Amino acid sequence: MLTLLWTDIAIFGLVIGAVVAVWRSSKKEHLRRPWAKIFNNRMGVVSLTIVLFFLLVGVLDSVRLQHYEKLPDGDYSEHAKALSVLDIILTPIRLQVEKTYSEPFAHTAYAKEMNVDEAGVTQWLYPRLLYGGAHLNNPKSDKQADILLKIGKGLAHGLLAWLGFIFLLRLTKRNLFKTKLKGVNSGLLTLLVIFCVVGMIASLGSFYHILGTDKVGEDVLYQAIKSIRTGLVIGGLTTIVMLPIAIGLGLMAGFFRGWVDDVIQYLYTTLSSIPGVLLIAAAILMAQVYMANNPALFTTLEDRADMRLLLLCFILGITSWTGLCRLLRAETLKIREMDYVVAACALGVGRFQLLKRHVLPNVMHLVMITIVLDFSGLVLAEAVLSYINIGVDPSTYSWGNMINTSRLEMAREPIVWWSLTAAFVFMFTLVLAANLFADAVRDAFDPRYIE
Amino acid sequence: MINYIIRRLFYVVPVLLGVNILTFVLFFVVNTPDDMARMQLGDKHVTQEAVDNWKQQRGYHLPLLWNEQEEGLQKASNTIFFKKSVGLFVFDLGISDNGRDIVADITQRMWPSLAIAIPSLIFGVLANITFALLLIFYRSSVLEFAGLFLCITLMSISGLFYIIAGQYFIGKLLALTPISGYAPGIDAFKFILLPVFIGVVGGLGSGARWYRTLFLEEAAKDYVRTAKAKGLSDLQVLFRHVLKNTMIPILTGIVVILPLLFMGSLITESFFGIPGLGSYTIDAISSQDFAIVRSMVFLGSFLYIIGLLMTDISYTLVDPRVRLD
Repeated sequence: MLTLLWTDIAIFGLVIGAVVAVWRSSKKEHLRRPWAKIFNNRMGVVSLTIVLFFLLVGVLDSVRLQHYEKLPDGDYSEHAKALSVLDIILTPIRLQVEKTYSEPFAHTAYAKEMNVDEAGVTQWLYPRLLYGGAHLNNPKSDKQADILLKIGKGLAHGLLAWLGFIFLLRLTKRNLFKTKLKGVNSGLLTLLVIFCVVGMIASLGSFYHILGTDKVGEDVLYQAIKSIRTGLVIGGLTTIVMLPIAIGLGLMAGFFRGWVDDVIQYLYTTLSSIPGVLLIAAAILMAQVYMANNPALFTTLEDRADMRLLLLCFILGITSWTGLCRLLRAETLKIREMDYVVAACALGVGRFQLLKRHVLPNVMHLVMITIVLDFSGLVLAEAVLSYINIGVDPSTYSWGNMINTSRLEMAREPIVWWSLTAAFVFMFTLVLAANLFADAVRDAFDPRYIE
Repeated sequence: MINYIIRRLFYVVPVLLGVNILTFVLFFVVNTPDDMARMQLGDKHVTQEAVDNWKQQRGYHLPLLWNEQEEGLQKASNTIFFKKSVGLFVFDLGISDNGRDIVADITQRMWPSLAIAIPSLIFGVLANITFALLLIFYRSSVLEFAGLFLCITLMSISGLFYIIAGQYFIGKLLALTPISGYAPGIDAFKFILLPVFIGVVGGLGSGARWYRTLFLEEAAKDYVRTAKAKGLSDLQVLFRHVLKNTMIPILTGIVVILPLLFMGSLITESFFGIPGLGSYTIDAISSQDFAIVRSMVFLGSFLYIIGLLMTDISYTLVDPRVRLD
């Protein structure tokens, strides 16, 4: 059975909205041109492919099913647990929990332990891990060869899957390789890389902890992958909250002018004058007080964490609409004086129709550019907010929480570096891809960039 | 000019009032002082007396907006809104929830914040301008492409990474600077080196890209073409004409953030253990000291609005085409 959290519903809404927008714009010639420009830009296609892959992972992580867990003794658990499809796919990685820290690809724990062997002799040694490299009899000599073999296998599977995928694409779209769009080949090559990485993770994941384990022995790779959804929710949902306010108020201020303009300008000056972090902190503090006093409303831990994530998006949205609103107001002021708008007005088109048919479509490029530009900033902001403890709930998987908990491990001797590195690398990949895509979108949609 | 400033100052009042009402609603209406007291004293096992006592000590026992028990003007003045919010207008920030004078704390803590923020700003702007000029100078070459890619890469790295990596490599492995801490006076020098360096590197990506677009806009103007046509070399055009004229948007862009330098940087200060206003705010947030957070919200908005005003004035000073009337 399907169970949904509020953020899941919001994610589906966002994805459906995006698909509808793309489908509708593909029918219009003047909107197809900028998209063709993006697909002509190699960097644009490569980054779009990566962002879409992250999005796919996020969506898989949002489809939640009531799942009966298979226990180690072969039976199934009595109570169903709501698990996402991604959780079910990652079951081997998710359930292989060690006792405590272990290095990437390690077969022994990271710290020495007192150990009593069968003969009753006490030894001070690195104990073998429960799962990592447990299939090897003689890890010291065999491990390297085994890892290389598994990597090779993973690469081969990835390549095969990719070839299959291309074959299917050829079947559905005959002229795929005859296209003049430069970016398509780069996109397919990026797909090959993604397929190979997924293949390697699939073949190595159930035998080793590819990125090590953390303090309670949980696989770091699993945490990093689960964090993708949080990053996407923060970047995406905030946009949903922000867009209606920014578009509505921005158009109204520019179009009606007079006292409407004054009120709206006053609103955004006031809001933007409050330092963003402090406003978020104040709102989150208040939300915590509210949750502490109304425990009945949030029954499960998951509900609570989800509400907090939703609230964070809401607050971020409220604090971040002012920039776009200001832009839209200025643009609307310009557009409303254009001849075609004046003509439409003279022909008796109503105000609402005027805004909808003549003004809104002409500011959409600004909206589009702002959405993609803001996205990466929001993903980065999540990490900072979690560090000050005003971000997502500590029980939610997020890169910010990973960084926050592993920050102190840098002072350990020897240091535990893999948690921190994993969080930064994942975050960097998503943000870099989003930034590069934002550049491609701006080049394609912003009329000032046409050279 | 003076008229304009006075008019703008009058415009500041309603904005500050708006900020004030917003913080009031956020801190006192969404959750009553009772809720705050319970939260601070520990959730469920608190007697009503303890709550009342806590409120009495901090002056939260008064009614929110209207005091029925008082006479005349006191009806409006002897309330939480008047005592806690209106006082902010004359910078009577009051006493923090743990009993310290907030104004005294702020005047003492703003110096370390400034010691970090001012050098970071100066060196940051210098580094950004230099990098942007290099990008312009090598326009449409492989070097520019590489430089732009470097900018995007620098932008995509989390600010936390710069701090943690800097502390680990420069502070711990190379032991060039102390990892964290602060000392007053001239000794502060070695403590501010690392935070300033990290601040400059962390801001280089987005800063250089932003300045580059400013330079490009300026370089597309007619007088630049004229200058080139009459035979000036690229370097001369760049330094004599483009750089000079681009300084207008650059300088006015800096003016806006000048007042906010007092507030310090939340993350940098708390990572490096610098006793400035940024770490003060962070501590207040984590210990849920509502009085301090409220004061800092107000102070931050006030400084931002001052910054906007200063920007408008600085336009008239540096750009003779702009007149404020």
